[in-house]
Amino acid sequence: MNRIITAALVAAISVAASSAVFADTIKVGVIAPFSGPFAIYGKQYREAIETYVAQNGTAAGEHEIEFIYKDVGGPNPDNSRALAQELLIREQVDYLAGFTFTPNALAVAPLIEQSQTPTVIFNAATSSINKESGYFLRTSYTLWQVSAPLAEWAYDQGMRTVAITVSDYGPGIDAENAFKAAFEAKGGEVVDAIRMPLSTTDFTPFIQRVRDADPDAVFTFLPGGPPTFTYTKTYNENGLAQAGIKFLGTAETEEVNLQGLGDDAIGLTTAYHYSGAHDSDMNRDFKAKLTELFPDAVANWASVGAYDGTHLIYQMVAAAGSDGPAAVESALGLEWESPRGTVKMDSDTRTVIQNVYIREVERDSTTGELVNREKGVIATVGDLGWTQ
Amino acid sequence: MTLFMNIAVDGIAYGMILFMISVGLSVTMGLMRVVNLAHGGFALLGGTFAHWFTQELGLPFWPAVLLAIMATIAIALPLERVIYRRIYGFGDLQQVLATIGLTFLMIASVNYWQGSSLLSIPLPENLKQSVDLGFRTLPVHRLVVITVGLAAILGLWLLLERTLFGIRLRAAVDNRGTASALGIDTDWIFMAAFGLGAGLAALGGILGAEILPIDAYYPVRYMVLFLIVVAVGGMGSIAGSFIAALGLGTLETATRYLVPDYATIVFFTFVIVLLAVRPQGLLGKAHT
Repeated sequence: MNRIITAALVAAISVAASSAVFADTIKVGVIAPFSGPFAIYGKQYREAIETYVAQNGTAAGEHEIEFIYKDVGGPNPDNSRALAQELLIREQVDYLAGFTFTPNALAVAPLIEQSQTPTVIFNAATSSINKESGYFLRTSYTLWQVSAPLAEWAYDQGMRTVAITVSDYGPGIDAENAFKAAFEAKGGEVVDAIRMPLSTTDFTPFIQRVRDADPDAVFTFLPGGPPTFTYTKTYNENGLAQAGIKFLGTAETEEVNLQGLGDDAIGLTTAYHYSGAHDSDMNRDFKAKLTELFPDAVANWASVGAYDGTHLIYQMVAAAGSDGPAAVESALGLEWESPRGTVKMDSDTRTVIQNVYIREVERDSTTGELVNREKGVIATVGDLGWTQ
Repeated sequence: MTLFMNIAVDGIAYGMILFMISVGLSVTMGLMRVVNLAHGGFALLGGTFAHWFTQELGLPFWPAVLLAIMATIAIALPLERVIYRRIYGFGDLQQVLATIGLTFLMIASVNYWQGSSLLSIPLPENLKQSVDLGFRTLPVHRLVVITVGLAAILGLWLLLERTLFGIRLRAAVDNRGTASALGIDTDWIFMAAFGLGAGLAALGGILGAEILPIDAYYPVRYMVLFLIVVAVGGMGSIAGSFIAALGLGTLETATRYLVPDYATIVFFTFVIVLLAVRPQGLLGKAHT
């Protein structure tokens, strides 16, 4: 009798154990805006994740992966924290991902620190976020990472004087500081630095001030959408392009709004880590699958951040399953081929080291669409803002 | 001197755009006494139609503008008939809630129909050019907006002060019962005035799109701006809106030139002080 019970127990345990190996499901909670003015980011994250899943299946190593999406609505740290708590406690997720806005990411730092949950940031680009927790990993970029190389490139191109106009909020100020530091270190001169009110969409006064100062170039950072649209229009209409004052930017010509900018965007120069027109098989495959699944989708920084973030999660799950600290350990130094080129997870800053491209907006001769044509690679750079 | 001229030129151009987008609100909110927070929604509809006609159906700019205004009015009239007619009788708070609800419906509809990215309305070549003013250049479309703005205030003044419709509208607003007893078809008058307000909103939305670009969240983004112009100008006063729009436009432009880092603070401080001194606005009259 005893023997039968023992045998049954052994059988039961081995079944349980083997099912634990083969059929355990790792849950990933994705916190992003899926409604309101920023819903486009949540939509793009989701499309990119589903594209990755369609290409690679739902299994990572010996684990199944399941994504749970939570709508944070917009820049809302309290809600972000509440959703993270719900995901960690009620849904028992093993990983967190998403995060478009810096405050939303910062709000979850104490939670993931306590629960040892690896958290992959798809966008939020302020350098300091990753200092708040060792469980943050970032697959987007930081403003220092793109602005500082752009300043150096501009100096090398012979530009000696620059005016800086940025929107007066965190990322804008980061961009201003980065550009200024790098440009002045090279020996260039910043003739005017204007912080423009965030809600402004009439940029004529600022642009006119820049024109009067007559620098070699104007560096700008603006939130996407309406401000970018009116800024680039005003830049052209007030004759800065004709006067030879070059436009230097970062995310201003991103793909979702690029067609809306129209011909005024042609010739704008930006430095950024991803262009939808990046010339590689990896990028072509990614875009083909994306548009096959979602015909309206446009690949931009948000999609590529989420796509690479998903890849990183798959790698961590395959290596360490639900063991948070081991997962982060396995991710450090990891190198992979992304639609933007080769990227590597930096062991110190936990932000990807990647190429920064100089792009110029052109009208593609075959499709008739505006594209960010890559004109050169500046450097493989890590997060330059980490030590600032 | 150049700086002064710059401020004057840009201030008037920006002020006229503020006037164009808020004059319709002055009609519905000021004259008809309905707190119409959905005003920006009609500007959004106008802009969205203009985008659709030009970008997707390939119509030329001016016909598209006319059609877009007509399409907006075609939506506004049944809305007035079915919904606003009930809203007129509400208290202020209920009017605010009802019209803000309508705004969200419009936002969601545009979002569903055209998505949440920018809805550009490409200008024809002759509007895109710049005119040389001697000391600087100014885009032609700003001159067009200034002209249309002047035409709008003249036309409205003639309509309200010099026509039978204007007299009847003022009578219907002041005392609907008496006006109706005198044989004025107040239902029709209100509907026409509401359609006029919506049409002006659409026109302002389209012409102002160069500075206040159209996207699905347009009404929420700029609601405060429309309300400030009407409040500073004085409820129901078209001339007040005009003076307020030009004054605020010039003030904001001046602060952007002179103290860009503090532009927003200076602007709102001025508005607060002015409304503290003159709660009825520049040309507003106390409600009787």
